[in-house]
Amino acid sequence: MSLLESYGLRLQRKRWRLRALRKRRELRAIADRTGAIGSQDVLLFCTIRNERIRLPYFLKYYRDLGVRHFLFVDNASNDGTRDYLVEQPDVSLWSTSASYKRARFGMDWMNWLLRKHGHGHWCLTVDADEFLVYPFSDTRPLEALTDWLDASSIRTFPAMLIDMYPKGRIDAVTYREGDNPFEIANWFDSGNYVFKRNDKLRELWIQGGPRARAFFAKRPERAPALNKIPLVRWHRAYTYVSSTHMLLPRGLNQIYEEWGGEKASGCLLHAKFLHTFSAKAEEELIRRQHYAASHEYRAYAKGLRDNPDFWCKWSEKYINWRQLEILGLMSKGNWA
Amino acid sequence: MRNVGFILLVHASLERSAQVARHWAASGCPIVIHVDRHVPTADHDRFVAELSGLEAVRFAPRHACEWGTWSIVQATLAASRLMLTEFPDVGHVYLASGACLPLRPVQELQAYLDRHSKTDFIESVTTQDVAWTIGGLSTERFTYRFPFAWRRQRRLFDAYVHLQRRLGMKRRMPEGLQPHLGSQWWCLTQKTLTAILDDPNRPEHDRFFSKVWIPDESYFQTLTRRHSTQIESRSLTLSKFDFQGKPHVFYNDHLQLLRRSDCFVARKIWPRADALYDSFLSNDPAVTKNAEPNPGKIDKLFAKATERRTNGRAGLRMQSRFPRDGWENGKTCAPYSVFQGFAELFDDFEGWIERQAGGRVHGHLFAPDRVHFAGGETTYNGALSDAAELRDYDPEGFLTNLIWNTRGERQCFQFGPGDNQRICWFLASDRNARIAVISGAWAVPLFKSGRDFAAIRPEAAQLQAIEAQYLTQLRSPQVKAQVHIWSLADFVDAPMEPLQMIMDEIGPRGARRLSEAPRMVDLTGFGRFLQKLRNEGMNPYLMGDFPADADIAPRQNAGRRRPYAVG
Repeated sequence: MSLLESYGLRLQRKRWRLRALRKRRELRAIADRTGAIGSQDVLLFCTIRNERIRLPYFLKYYRDLGVRHFLFVDNASNDGTRDYLVEQPDVSLWSTSASYKRARFGMDWMNWLLRKHGHGHWCLTVDADEFLVYPFSDTRPLEALTDWLDASSIRTFPAMLIDMYPKGRIDAVTYREGDNPFEIANWFDSGNYVFKRNDKLRELWIQGGPRARAFFAKRPERAPALNKIPLVRWHRAYTYVSSTHMLLPRGLNQIYEEWGGEKASGCLLHAKFLHTFSAKAEEELIRRQHYAASHEYRAYAKGLRDNPDFWCKWSEKYINWRQLEILGLMSKGNWA
Repeated sequence: MRNVGFILLVHASLERSAQVARHWAASGCPIVIHVDRHVPTADHDRFVAELSGLEAVRFAPRHACEWGTWSIVQATLAASRLMLTEFPDVGHVYLASGACLPLRPVQELQAYLDRHSKTDFIESVTTQDVAWTIGGLSTERFTYRFPFAWRRQRRLFDAYVHLQRRLGMKRRMPEGLQPHLGSQWWCLTQKTLTAILDDPNRPEHDRFFSKVWIPDESYFQTLTRRHSTQIESRSLTLSKFDFQGKPHVFYNDHLQLLRRSDCFVARKIWPRADALYDSFLSNDPAVTKNAEPNPGKIDKLFAKATERRTNGRAGLRMQSRFPRDGWENGKTCAPYSVFQGFAELFDDFEGWIERQAGGRVHGHLFAPDRVHFAGGETTYNGALSDAAELRDYDPEGFLTNLIWNTRGERQCFQFGPGDNQRICWFLASDRNARIAVISGAWAVPLFKSGRDFAAIRPEAAQLQAIEAQYLTQLRSPQVKAQVHIWSLADFVDAPMEPLQMIMDEIGPRGARRLSEAPRMVDLTGFGRFLQKLRNEGMNPYLMGDFPADADIAPRQNAGRRRPYAVG
């Protein structure tokens, strides 16, 4: 690494941190219960917009895993999301009506909250439709994992995004509040992911899955990135760069073994493709608040009108984390 | 019967340590507890108060312990001294930590120790024979000085080791000692422990070991060799280490596994593994009820974890395994066959080979229009798409995925100069690839096409150039694939032998004789065709020597008599 390059990255990191500092003014505290956070608590950070229907299951799922406190930024919801969250005893809520896009898709807000409240904690940064599974997640709480990561001197834990989809049209079954979304969207692609190492930030860029196959077969380079590093032992000097795909300092992105072995990793099951999706895609298209001119959503809206079924005969039905580990989508590493 | 006494080294999760201490104390065992000085006073006081009612519990003078340093031995020695003075009639002294959990009732341990009343249970191995040391330091632990803490002062630590290596510095072992290493957790007889503590040379020993690295794994292990009459070189504590030298932790889901251990105590237990504490902290054999001991099962579990962390699964690319070139430990996960020129030379070669050898036979996976999966499928195992753009976005990833997704089923595919050539070097450098090439066979479809010769001529030249380049790669000394190359002329001359060889290579059912021959396309006039190319100024050389006029008549005759059916 040249000195200049290293200095460039440092400046970039400072820039994102400054930006987060500036964007904090857009946030208004609705319910600040951060005083209740214990020194060892695992925290969850999430930006949210009109996800009321998902919240009960989302909160239950992560409470059961062992998340002790939730820090939400509500981006101008009008479906009761805010009222629901305010009432939760373990939730701190901020609100903003500022532009999601100009807050770098919410990352500036997240970076600010992480910096303010995440320092020294294990912090999980996810969307409301992302559900973390990790090795032994059915028998060991999140704290078992973070204790092990601490003992192993590991600061970041990767979990690639696995797009889950139902069999048949994605709007065929209606998702009801409180339901496990993966009882409807319980299929996934098991082996069509490609990996590229990015030299600059050293992250592994992952693309593929049903979206690449259904929407981006002709433009694979535009397929959405699936690499995520959602769980970080946060330090106030860290910053997420683009979504939770990568961080600075870039050493945090080195979550893959280069000398043959496997490091431990998990998966984020992505419950995006429920009946709510079509409406969301249309709305996002009008709002134009998403990444790269929302071309992803444009492709969806178009693709969904033509053929809203991701399922193929090689789709894999989801059972548990062991299945994901056998398929090679995640690894126990040396955690036994 | 003389009681076993426990020395408990405690530094974290004090509630659990207290729980275990109370269990042992209630079972009538004397206990000496050392609480690390790093533990906050308030926590320490609460801990002491909690155990205050127990008669046979003593607290040793506190030392600030740091991993890998002399302080841990100091603490152990102080606690041992207290044990021997306070409870002079203990039979054995068992060294345990606050993260230990008894797996079997104390009575069973007591009975076992009674049967071996003169035996010291301590893992003690000479430095030449240990395999587990980390950082490559085994003998050096004793011959250099280690005044710096490995965890806190890594740079100083490394620099000082380096310096001593450079200067060739050496320390001499105290007289009469032979360096031995082993697990920190031992169970010694009162007699041996007393002898170690009262050794007249002890000041010298202590001075020496205070500069040894990780002396808790060598002090007692070495000195027991001097004083013991009967050593059983193993630890009664189940303790497994990972590839970094960090102890594996046991969780609730290890319950059944721990029941199969033949050890009396396990370490370390995750403090919040309630089910383990609930299940094992009992002296009722019916509660702890160990299944038929099978310690091999535990060993296997942890050996597999290390294997996975250091070598990983061959042929797997994933989010946390992305090996550099040459470190893949197998670029792909299973052998596969690549045929070039066969589908051109034989009718329905794919169907034939599938019938003969089994497995899955694809068409041209790297064809420019789309991926020709077996059976014309549009998606394949793992939901791989047949879109050429997706495949060409990362051809190597595509192939690795295909082979990984179809584990357990042999894959074969056709390849040729008309395909995307970006995969060539990957194939050549993959030791799982079995590459068979009939060079120049691309000319056969051109010959059969009956197309305008003016159009054929440049295409032939281009295909030949591409194939020649591929063949050059296949002949490079760095090739790891198994490669067979025949010129078209040679192959046509005697096709059965190579075909049989290919079958044998694929055939899972051992050497089989071919029962059915593939049908070769009619090559009458092919020599003439090549000559015509020559006349146009091209030099078709990859197919070998085809006589321009003879129309390879004798071979065709042979073919007509018995079309490649062999006994």
